[in-house]
Amino acid sequence: MIEVKGLYFSYDGNEVLHNINITIHDGEFIAIMGENGAGKTTLIKHFNGLLKPSKGEVLIDGVSTREATVASLSRKVGLVFQNPDHQLFSETVFQEVAFSMRNYGYPEETIRRRVNFILETLDLRSYAETSPFMLSGGERKRVALASILVSDPKHIVLDEPTIGQDHQQKEKLKNFIVQMNTQGRTVIIVTHDVEFVVECRPKVILLSKGSILAEGSYDEILSDEDLVRRASLVPPQIGLLMSSLRDLGFNPATLDVYQAKSAIEKRLLSNVSKTL
Amino acid sequence: MSLKLFEGFRFTGKRTPIHRMDPRPKLLIASSIFLLSILFTNIIVLLILLIAQLPLIYLAKSLRRWSNSLRGGAVLATLIFIMNFLTGSTLVFSLSMTLRFLVLISAFSLFFLTTSPDDLGLVLERLHLPYTLSFTFTTAVRLVPTVALEAQTIVDAQRSRGLELDRGNIIERLRRHIPILIPLIVSAIRRSTELAEALESRAFGSCENRESLITLSMKWTDYFVAIATIIILLVGIFVRLWIPLPSLDESIRLPSIWV
Ligand SMILES: Nc1ncnc2c1ncn2[C@@H]1O[C@H](COP(=O)(O)OP(=O)(O)OP(=O)(O)O)[C@@H](O)[C@H]1O
Ligand SMILES: [Mg+2]
Repeated sequence: MIEVKGLYFSYDGNEVLHNINITIHDGEFIAIMGENGAGKTTLIKHFNGLLKPSKGEVLIDGVSTREATVASLSRKVGLVFQNPDHQLFSETVFQEVAFSMRNYGYPEETIRRRVNFILETLDLRSYAETSPFMLSGGERKRVALASILVSDPKHIVLDEPTIGQDHQQKEKLKNFIVQMNTQGRTVIIVTHDVEFVVECRPKVILLSKGSILAEGSYDEILSDEDLVRRASLVPPQIGLLMSSLRDLGFNPATLDVYQAKSAIEKRLLSNVSKTL
Repeated sequence: MSLKLFEGFRFTGKRTPIHRMDPRPKLLIASSIFLLSILFTNIIVLLILLIAQLPLIYLAKSLRRWSNSLRGGAVLATLIFIMNFLTGSTLVFSLSMTLRFLVLISAFSLFFLTTSPDDLGLVLERLHLPYTLSFTFTTAVRLVPTVALEAQTIVDAQRSRGLELDRGNIIERLRRHIPILIPLIVSAIRRSTELAEALESRAFGSCENRESLITLSMKWTDYFVAIATIIILLVGIFVRLWIPLPSLDESIRLPSIWV
């Protein structure tokens, strides 16, 4: 469980987070959204103790981040950064992914097994002996992802995981994230990608100018046009469509393509049967 | 954290007499302090050189940033002290060398804290440095904060992968910095290539004689400061050459088994 209690944070006297209160239960799926500079990255850096609150506290499974080292917290909370180029340094993708496992002192046999498994899952198996610097942007991003997921942390925090991924990889990423979540991991993603959020169906926390603007299920939040615009986002396309058809009795909180399709289908069929 | 060192050299625009000063006398002050600290090994002189900067730094409202640069240099300063003392220098001499290093850091911290990269570029141009050289230098200065921020992010990313920088002996600790240094160097190279491409696509260097929109002009206060600095420098050189100073060197050193 991740508990954030009355968290304030300042960089050199410049306050960027104001009174944040969040409780994230084990196995929850959360999306943190908000405009550029809202403080999302700053907030998630508190989850593994990289940043310590200026005021208030953050508890990971009941332990305050002030009382634990980043190394010990990072075994529980896997944090993947926005830009993969900030962490790639090894000669091969295999070594890169094995790095955290080596830091945690796992036996070599376990490391090999886990690394191969995660490379397989993220479609990187064929690059195991390639230099990470030779890969494309999207592939580097997946290597960074693999290098955290390899140690199987209980809570997974991803900063902008979909940036630079083509549609197919995004789909795979979604499936993988959802799968980890159904296996009981807590998943927290930071993203601007509303369509991705609609497909993942998480609980959404809207952050704006360092404060929490709203918190709730994805369809509830993302169909609220006013709220969404205040966080510099645009409602998903289907949401815009359904809300423009509001007068015809469609539900603007329908964000999912298939739900929208069946609603429209039902209406069309009933119109057809009326005219017959 | 050694990143504090960068903070202590990063220009921040403020409205103070020191910030408003023409960059040339400021460069003169920093260079004179540099020269004097090289000329003297006497600990009292070095102490005076350090303390004499305090009023200027106070005037520039930069005490906190300046102390950051000293704190950032503390590790290296300690190393300098230990190296000197261990290799058989006297206690006072080791302290002097450490102090000399701090004086240097402090002098250039004061200069860079209060001089914008633009001003710096103008000075270098006035010194008739080729434009490509002065541009390279000012760009490097301008990039310091960006690189510092990037270094912090890299440290954060690697710590999130279980890297513990401050564990083990000195060799082990240095080895643990490899995962920080490689991404930092790689991204610096990548950035410079991108910058070069961007510059070339904007016709950098296509014209021989550049003209500057802003020209530097010295006020009478600037002349006054410059002349005062030169006099102090000359007095310093005079004292160094012809006036013997009392030495505090008590010959306290480690027993020679260390040497
Ligand atoms: N290391 C730092 N030092 C000083 N200020 C910082 C630092 N990192 C971030 N900030 C400031 O804190 C604020 C929040 O930044 P943060 O990176 O958390 O935003 P974000 O929500 O992640 O934005 P984005 O969507 O662009 O990633 C910004 O105003 C930023 O300028
Ligand atoms: Mg961010």
